Amino acid sequence: MKATDVLEHIKDRLGDAVHEAYMQVRKVGVSKRERYHIWVKIDRKKIRDAVNCLAEIQPYPHLCVISGYDDGDNVVLVYHFVINYETKKEAISVNFSVHLPKNDLCIDTITDLIPGALITEREKIEMLGVDFIGLEDKRRVFLPDDFPEGVYPWRRDEKGPEKMLHKLYEVGDRE
Amino acid sequence: MSVVYEVPVGPVHPALKEPVAVKCYIEGEEVVDVDVILGQNHRGIEWIGMNRDNPVQSLRMASRVCGICTNVHPLSLVQAVEAAADIEVPERADYIRAIMLEVDRIHSHLLWAGVAAHELGFDTLLHYTWKFREEVMDLAEYISGNRVTFEMEMYGGVRRDIPPEKYPKIIKAMNYYEAKFEKLVEMFLNDKTIALRTVGVGVLSREEALKLCLVGPTTRARGVKKDVRVDLPTMAYADLDIEPVTPDIYRDEVVGDVYDNIVVRLFEVKQSIDIIRQCLDQMPNGPILAEEKLPKLLNMLKKASGEGFGLTEAPRGEVVHYVKLKEMETFYAWKIRASTYNNIPAWEPMLIGAQIADIPIIVASIDPCLSCTNRAVVLDGGKEKVLSHEDLHRLSVQKTRRLIRYGK
Repeated sequence: MKATDVLEHIKDRLGDAVHEAYMQVRKVGVSKRERYHIWVKIDRKKIRDAVNCLAEIQPYPHLCVISGYDDGDNVVLVYHFVINYETKKEAISVNFSVHLPKNDLCIDTITDLIPGALITEREKIEMLGVDFIGLEDKRRVFLPDDFPEGVYPWRRDEKGPEKMLHKLYEVGDRE
Repeated sequence: MSVVYEVPVGPVHPALKEPVAVKCYIEGEEVVDVDVILGQNHRGIEWIGMNRDNPVQSLRMASRVCGICTNVHPLSLVQAVEAAADIEVPERADYIRAIMLEVDRIHSHLLWAGVAAHELGFDTLLHYTWKFREEVMDLAEYISGNRVTFEMEMYGGVRRDIPPEKYPKIIKAMNYYEAKFEKLVEMFLNDKTIALRTVGVGVLSREEALKLCLVGPTTRARGVKKDVRVDLPTMAYADLDIEPVTPDIYRDEVVGDVYDNIVVRLFEVKQSIDIIRQCLDQMPNGPILAEEKLPKLLNMLKKASGEGFGLTEAPRGEVVHYVKLKEMETFYAWKIRASTYNNIPAWEPMLIGAQIADIPIIVASIDPCLSCTNRAVVLDGGKEKVLSHEDLHRLSVQKTRRLIRYGK
């Protein structure tokens, strides 16, 4: 499936849930071969539909990672997928971004659809304070066990790590 | 009565780039369950990089994410930023980037092969492989000035050219590897001991590899033809015709065990030699940087807004960087994902059913940082017995000797 068709397929399947969609084209090498990155902003309730819609194109869409950042009133998660892998130069990078309002930081888990998403979802819990509905294993991944509760290193607001900077020795209850 | 023991293999070593501990639950000699504890040594390198004065300083942080696949992180970052700021890279820079990436791959795969030999108790082979690796380290130094941390990348191109007078020495190094390749294959793949320890060990199916989103040689050893250089090519790879390496290149069929991992990594060394030769043959002329004046480049990045995603096939698998620019001095968001991050879930299905003595080689087979096997604790009804890396290694060596002597 070509990149333009993939974009149409996503718009068609997700309908009103697509808030914004565009395609980035990069030209590489002497041959100036085109490489496509599709960026789609969707409703957070439709993330599982988005994964299923990619799975219609290729079973087991490849999830690279879920990125996230604090954008003022919202926390933004970006799901980076690659589809059409195992082809020759035909793969397409598809990125779904979802905006989660800070007073209701939750989204459905996709670990039952893509088991490989477990570590990256757990990382978002500890780094941004996002809750994944339906995720069983919510333990920390990278942060130490004695890292204070309620502090999220990637946040830029009062829940961020600002207060802890330069005095890491005061953090935690080590004796 | 069966007793399940907990054997944590790990956890953290300060020298690690990816601190990892594997907690294995053992019944008798067999691993029955596995839990991976992903390090308590998060350095927050993205945060440090985002709080530099400008994106060029962040790029130097990216070079220091990893010491082994040292060229890959800056390469993914520049691609993400170039996409976000819409900078077009000169063709010659695309080729130089590809050459450096392959130089990196040759040294990383040989390093891994040596480590795998050591884990099996075959130290002669370790020393031979690492001696063999020195040639490519010298080559990296000859091209970039550094054995590691090449620092070749810059937004919109590369910092150093490879002038034609340097080609002969690169070709000489490639000839050296081509001449020795057969011997390397002979030593690793036709060796009875290595076969005894790796065939049928750490088996993972193709479907599991797809479900867990594995990357790099770990997934190709299971017959999944995922390779960013082939399916989503950047740089010179867009012009080249290459095939992903899968174990059927040497074996009759794909089994998906540790032996297949060795096959894939060794034959990828050969593929890298071919790629470097092709790049030298087809190298276009022209500039190596899109914007030579640094203040102008920084100004351009400061005014840019948008998001970019960079993917590169590192020796261990796909490495991705995500960058968000927002008309400010530094990055608004930066996410780094190294290949081991995606490959770690593979340990669970690979280790379950394996023996204690096989833990080191299975853990090593995905090519994580090995210092994580430095220390292990056996909990026996409240009594703690510490198994050091040496103890685990000794168990592994004993198993090799037992297999040679008694065949079981």
